[in-house]
Amino acid sequence: MVDMGLSSRGKRVYVVFLIFFLLIFSLGINASEKKGKTNIYENEKHEIDAEHEDFNAGEMILEHVKDMHEWHIATIGEKHITIPLPVILYDRDKEKLHVFMSSRFHHGHDSYKGFKLTEDQNIVPVKTGTLAVDESRSEPLDFSITKTAAGVFVTSILLVLIFLSVAKRYKTNPESAPKGLQSLLEPVILFIRDDVAKPSIGEKKYERFLPFLLTMFFFILFANLLGLVPFFPGGANITGNITVTMVLAVFTFLATTFSGNKHYWKHIFNTPGVPWWLKFPIPLMPIVEVLGMITKPFVLMVRLFANILAGHIIVLGFVSLIFIFSVSNAIAGYGVSVFSVAFTVFIDFLELLVAFIQAYVFTLLSALYLGMATEEAH
Amino acid sequence: MGLVTPGLGLIIWMTLPFLIVLFILGRYAWRPIMKSLKRREASIDEALHAAEKAREEMKNLKAGNEKLLKEARRERESILKEARKSSERIVEEAKVNAKQEADKVLEEAKEQIHYERMAAVTDLKNEIAKLSVEIAEKVLKKELSDKNKHQELILEQLEKVKFN
Repeated sequence: MVDMGLSSRGKRVYVVFLIFFLLIFSLGINASEKKGKTNIYENEKHEIDAEHEDFNAGEMILEHVKDMHEWHIATIGEKHITIPLPVILYDRDKEKLHVFMSSRFHHGHDSYKGFKLTEDQNIVPVKTGTLAVDESRSEPLDFSITKTAAGVFVTSILLVLIFLSVAKRYKTNPESAPKGLQSLLEPVILFIRDDVAKPSIGEKKYERFLPFLLTMFFFILFANLLGLVPFFPGGANITGNITVTMVLAVFTFLATTFSGNKHYWKHIFNTPGVPWWLKFPIPLMPIVEVLGMITKPFVLMVRLFANILAGHIIVLGFVSLIFIFSVSNAIAGYGVSVFSVAFTVFIDFLELLVAFIQAYVFTLLSALYLGMATEEAH
Repeated sequence: MGLVTPGLGLIIWMTLPFLIVLFILGRYAWRPIMKSLKRREASIDEALHAAEKAREEMKNLKAGNEKLLKEARRERESILKEARKSSERIVEEAKVNAKQEADKVLEEAKEQIHYERMAAVTDLKNEIAKLSVEIAEKVLKKELSDKNKHQELILEQLEKVKFN
């Protein structure tokens, strides 16, 4: 992790590779998108039956990276093995709370309690007895535990289990050398403390924010890594979901805003070293600074989201290449699969690196913002 | 549930677990871990300091030993020198004593010899005197008979006298 500040040459190589693969990937997507459109045109009924439907890469990828009301584990033959997840709906018209399993919707083929699941995984009200959308009723508030929410739970449980067990050893043998899991995690903890928190926030105040930064870092790292595991309970696109990254960014925003000292606020509303006419009569600088307060966490949110999402899409894209080619010719499919798997493995390794880098970057920038907010006037 | 539209439910299901995890880990993981890390760092620091101190002490001890050794060596040398000196002195003294003794002995011997000689000379003188008297007696006795004979007799007698 300490070598994360990859040499500029290393970074360049990484960027070049990324561009190269994105190019290849975009070619594949274009091809499949055309195909997808004709598919939709041909099969008006949208048969779910995988056997009779031509492979649609775009749809498959989106289905995997989007939040779902069920957790799809595997498809064996024509049988889908999925875990239904709880649906929690608040009906605003009747002011009633509904809690039931998503299996009641039968993948959108059935309505339940006056609601149905659309193709986009939205839950909309329907006219009784039909699957037609009822425009007169307002949309319910959806508090369902979705696949991503379940992924968040898995990550949280894993975090708590792992770190409580590690902490136990620290409590019982505080002065002995680290052992097992402890020795794996201790360098990372020390890295966050000594190379992220201390230099960014300062020797005096870093301890106050350390629990937040550590939790943030390990949460993102674990979620990123779990997202790379292709089977249950991994595979949920947690940090590639904008809601998750938004909540994380909001935490950083709240932490910086509420820990901001006089110096910080003075810097925002009465920026020193700026001509007075930029502050009065039109408070141009304050507006820019306040915008800056918001753009910082916004950028955090988008960076993490886009990086992880892109990684998932690339991996899925390479896997779909096999199926795209095998639709026209089985032998071509087999031939392509060799390269696809090789590239997927390569991208997976890259994503492993990205998982660390993004967790690091998010934590480092949060620490820097916190440092800015708590910096004393010189 | 679009790709870039945040879901209401997920906001809650993300916020809640994160806060709970933050609370649990903050209280039961990060606090003891940080405390123990600090303690361990302090103890390692202490151990390093102690080692440094021990090394310093060792160095001092070594320096002291060296000094002691040097001193001992110097002492030995001085003792040896002194011993050599004193032995030389003793020998010198002995030589001087011996010479004095020898001189004394020689002197005494010389004196002895001198005395002996004096005694011998005295004895000789006495003997000569006696002999002279005897000769004179005999000469006197014979003088009366022959003058020549007297001469002869004296010579004869003198010839007989041998200085022993």
